Amino acid sequence: MSVRTLTTPTTADPTAPIPRAGRTRKRRTSTTHVLAPLVFISVAVVLFLLFFVWPGALGLLYSFTDYSGVGDLDFIGLDNYVDLFADDAFYASLARTFLYTALSVPLHYVVSLGIAMLLASSLAKGKSSARVIFFLPWLISPIVAGVIWRWLFGENFGFVNFVITLLGGDGLHWQTDASLALALILIVSTWATTAFNMLLFIAAIRNIPKSYLEAAEIDGANAWVRFRRITLPLLAPTSFMVILLTTIGSMKEFAMVQALNGGGPGTQNMFIVQYIYRTGFERADIGYASAASMVLMAILVLIALVQMQFDRKRDLA
Amino acid sequence: MKTFRAAPSTIILWVLAALYLFPTAWFLLSSLKPGSELFSLPLTILPRDWTVAGFVTAWNRFDFQQYFINTTVVAVVTTALTVIVSAMTGYAFAKYTSWWLRGFFICILATTMLPTEVIMPSSFAVVRDLGLYDTLAGIIVPSIITATGIFMFRQYFSTIPDELMEAARIDGVGEFRLFLKIMLPLAKPIAVVLAIFSFQWRWNDYIWPLLILRDPERYTLQVALRSIVGADNIDWSVLLAASVISLVPMVVLFAIFQRQILSADINSGLKD
Repeated sequence: MSVRTLTTPTTADPTAPIPRAGRTRKRRTSTTHVLAPLVFISVAVVLFLLFFVWPGALGLLYSFTDYSGVGDLDFIGLDNYVDLFADDAFYASLARTFLYTALSVPLHYVVSLGIAMLLASSLAKGKSSARVIFFLPWLISPIVAGVIWRWLFGENFGFVNFVITLLGGDGLHWQTDASLALALILIVSTWATTAFNMLLFIAAIRNIPKSYLEAAEIDGANAWVRFRRITLPLLAPTSFMVILLTTIGSMKEFAMVQALNGGGPGTQNMFIVQYIYRTGFERADIGYASAASMVLMAILVLIALVQMQFDRKRDLA
Repeated sequence: MKTFRAAPSTIILWVLAALYLFPTAWFLLSSLKPGSELFSLPLTILPRDWTVAGFVTAWNRFDFQQYFINTTVVAVVTTALTVIVSAMTGYAFAKYTSWWLRGFFICILATTMLPTEVIMPSSFAVVRDLGLYDTLAGIIVPSIITATGIFMFRQYFSTIPDELMEAARIDGVGEFRLFLKIMLPLAKPIAVVLAIFSFQWRWNDYIWPLLILRDPERYTLQVALRSIVGADNIDWSVLLAASVISLVPMVVLFAIFQRQILSADINSGLKD
């Protein structure tokens, strides 16, 4: 999925197949063909301008001011950015977000692809009921997902620590140890996002022609070689999309963590969106939060561009 | 022979399925325990006393009826608008060609890279300046356009042969009637899929309601739940029951549309 292929027009010029149309008719058709699509996209254009372009521009403007949400704007030049780049809390949350993203993307990818392979192409029994089970977390909101796992992994009351003590161990500090808390966030997000990625993979796996795999099997390729040499390369477009969407999703993780541990212990697992929320809405420092938003936006654009570059290289190869 | 070869993958599959199911099962069973039993060791998987006391308390202590109404209004209205706007926009992208359509398509594509969370502070200011602060409309209007929905319709309409449109045009059908009377009815399957997805997105939405709603009278379920989790002393008995209640509509929806959801070729909307 690269911008290049996406923007290539898939349909021919609709006026083209009417070669015998008279001059007046042609002119009339071409004018309606400007008016009609314009009307069709008008609502989307207005909403896009209102809720993407305007906030984007306003955010850039705010980032140069000390706006607190009320009152006047005072331009303070680059002060917010200067402060931001000297703010340890900002770096800490940015670094934590990167660490989380770097861990979650491969984890989500491997788990959802693995489960999709089991469901779509293995001989396993009971696949249709298993598929419903793997899909159930999709119904559950991030907030409730946080509640469910917080309940399961409670330090003093959770079922998991109860089993650990029963087996003779000491309960683990899922809430008060920063690394374990991050591990828990990874587990929950994997559990929650498998459903959607799995559906994408299952659809793509089913589209792989059976004859390819059968031919390889006859030639003596074992299951792993067939997966590595046939399935995986043919899944490349889906893989690219899952990785891109997971990366963006991980960079903006917020709601589930709010319910799971609130970014705790303390602020040790505070991700960047929570940082922006806190500075912007709890400290009412809209200008400063906007500067952080702009930095995050630049990072996301960079990530998307880098990933598309990879996608393009693969297309050419 | 076949059963023998299937054994390892069956075991792996069902161990994984059990791991995926357990958290939810434990949560559901716990919600049926009385408050006193929730923390009493040793913990038992099945409740010793089955009770719905938690549900009664949760329903009475919180204005769930109001939260349900609010969330339903937001989810239904947004979904209806999302389907209409996505259909129109996706249709224009699929069936007309011009430089400004291509340009706007790239803009829509960019919105997937730059989600609203990223520009929260200024998005909030925009909604407030539009006079939508602390209203349900303030959650509905900004959520209408989704790139996924537009891609889904674009992909779907581009599979419909242009000859169909040409035939209608030659018969003198105008562009708008062509869309409303011929193309839109053809796109019903994709509209259903998008409607289900959109309903799920909006039912479970957290960040917009959190930013926009102030009056508890207008809270959606997710914001209301968060206010219970965020308390210093979490009342687990109420929280578990309240969370279970909030899941009911999604489970019902899934039960009805299971086939459409699980066979949804969501790929088609995005891959192209």
